[in-house]
Amino acid sequence: MDEIAHWFAWLHQTTGIKLTIFYDAYDRTRFIKGFLTTLELSAYCLAGSLALGALLAWLRGGRSALVRRAVAGFVELFRNTPPLVQLYFFYFALGPVLPRVAGAPILGSFGWAVVSLTLLESAFAAEIFRAGIEAVPRTTVEAAESLGFSRLQTYMLVVLPLAVRVTMPAMTSNLVNLVKTTTLAYAIAVPELLYMSAQVWSEQVNVPEMMVVLLIAYVGIVGLINEVMQWLERRLRVPGFGQ
Amino acid sequence: MARAAPARAGIRPVNALRTGSVFGGRTGMALACALVASVALAQLQAPAAKPGVFALLVKWTPLLAEGFVFNLVISAGAMLVGTLAGALLGLARLSSRRTLRNGSWIVMQFFRNAPWLVLLFFVMYLLPFEFHWNGRVVPIPDWVKATLGLALPIMANVAEILRGAVQSIPTAQWEAARSLAFTRRQTLWLIILPQCVRRMLPPWMNWYAILTMATTLASIVGVAEVMTLVGRVTNAEGRTDLLIPIYSYVLLWFFVYCYPIARLTRRLEARLVER
Repeated sequence: MDEIAHWFAWLHQTTGIKLTIFYDAYDRTRFIKGFLTTLELSAYCLAGSLALGALLAWLRGGRSALVRRAVAGFVELFRNTPPLVQLYFFYFALGPVLPRVAGAPILGSFGWAVVSLTLLESAFAAEIFRAGIEAVPRTTVEAAESLGFSRLQTYMLVVLPLAVRVTMPAMTSNLVNLVKTTTLAYAIAVPELLYMSAQVWSEQVNVPEMMVVLLIAYVGIVGLINEVMQWLERRLRVPGFGQ
Repeated sequence: MARAAPARAGIRPVNALRTGSVFGGRTGMALACALVASVALAQLQAPAAKPGVFALLVKWTPLLAEGFVFNLVISAGAMLVGTLAGALLGLARLSSRRTLRNGSWIVMQFFRNAPWLVLLFFVMYLLPFEFHWNGRVVPIPDWVKATLGLALPIMANVAEILRGAVQSIPTAQWEAARSLAFTRRQTLWLIILPQCVRRMLPPWMNWYAILTMATTLASIVGVAEVMTLVGRVTNAEGRTDLLIPIYSYVLLWFFVYCYPIARLTRRLEARLVER
């Protein structure tokens, strides 16, 4: 660790390439904190959007026309409006209106970012799940019904496990989009990777270096996600489908 | 993916499901009603002596409309630049020269996987604010830089669309062209690419809608588009009861613009599958 720090300090002295995050303890802590916040934000939104998306997809196939239409409206609204404006709506418009608990707002900027991005991503997840559910053969569902499974049981134990596998590639690209979208939280001062990097570059005046680090970091995270998801896809593959 | 979304198989392997929704209409009407309801509610709560929220929205509509048109100008510019650059990049991807093919792959992957906002920052900070040409100083306005920044991800995705479309043309056509003594270049330009245009249209439109929504990012890097103006209006009025209506109002504008594009995209996609 020390050697890396020395090397980057030496690099700065000899070439002027200023990567303080590798040798300055304060900047390093900030950068790592930003990185972890981005991962944390992504993880919360992923879990939330998968749960909410599965619920919405289930409601989409329900019997009540009113519920179906409400879900459709929700999905279309979140897909066809700018994510940034949604985030502003929650943080600047809805946040101040909500009652305060013990003098403090119910949710801080991180909380609102989680809410906003979760709703956005669940609209996309719902669509993906719906496509996956449609891909489950009708006969499989009928078989489950004839074995006395309730509608919820059929959905949870038979349809969803199969649908999840079918939708893996689409889910991967959705997850990639989620991680990319977390950068919007910069706009409401959530201390995520982009925000922390901006703090570093405005103090150290090393915009080009930090930009390169930032791009490598994001492309790295995305590459890692692609690898992990491909591995998961192979592990969960349903025998008898695909190649 | 082919199983999950047969309708879009081969056209757009990644991101395919970002378009496909088959929900019915009337959503827009419901949203407009919701906006009217929120305005009406705010109106009722408004202090008696001050102008109503509805009056304020009407008052600021011309200014916000100007900002929104600016967003549309940026989106059109970025789409134009992005499509031209993307077509070149996509063609490089189809080149028979290996270095060109691999190089364009790296560029494509990089710009598709980097967050839009980071790319926007990248261009805003690293492009000079003016350049010297023929002894004259030509300034580059912020919005032009933002347009270029937004064109980068569009470029990479258009290249990917082109690649997907070329792949969706049956191999038999390449073979048939070869047996008729067409060269590779002739096959590509006279037989393959003309068929690709039709297939590329729906995903291309989808990216246009995504881009239009992304133009709001320009407000973060200091371009005075519609979101910047909303911020100024709410600051100037200093009314908390205006917040929800005005943000809903702008959301509705984007929805009214983007939702028909999404519907049309779906219809075109469905028609492609039928053939």
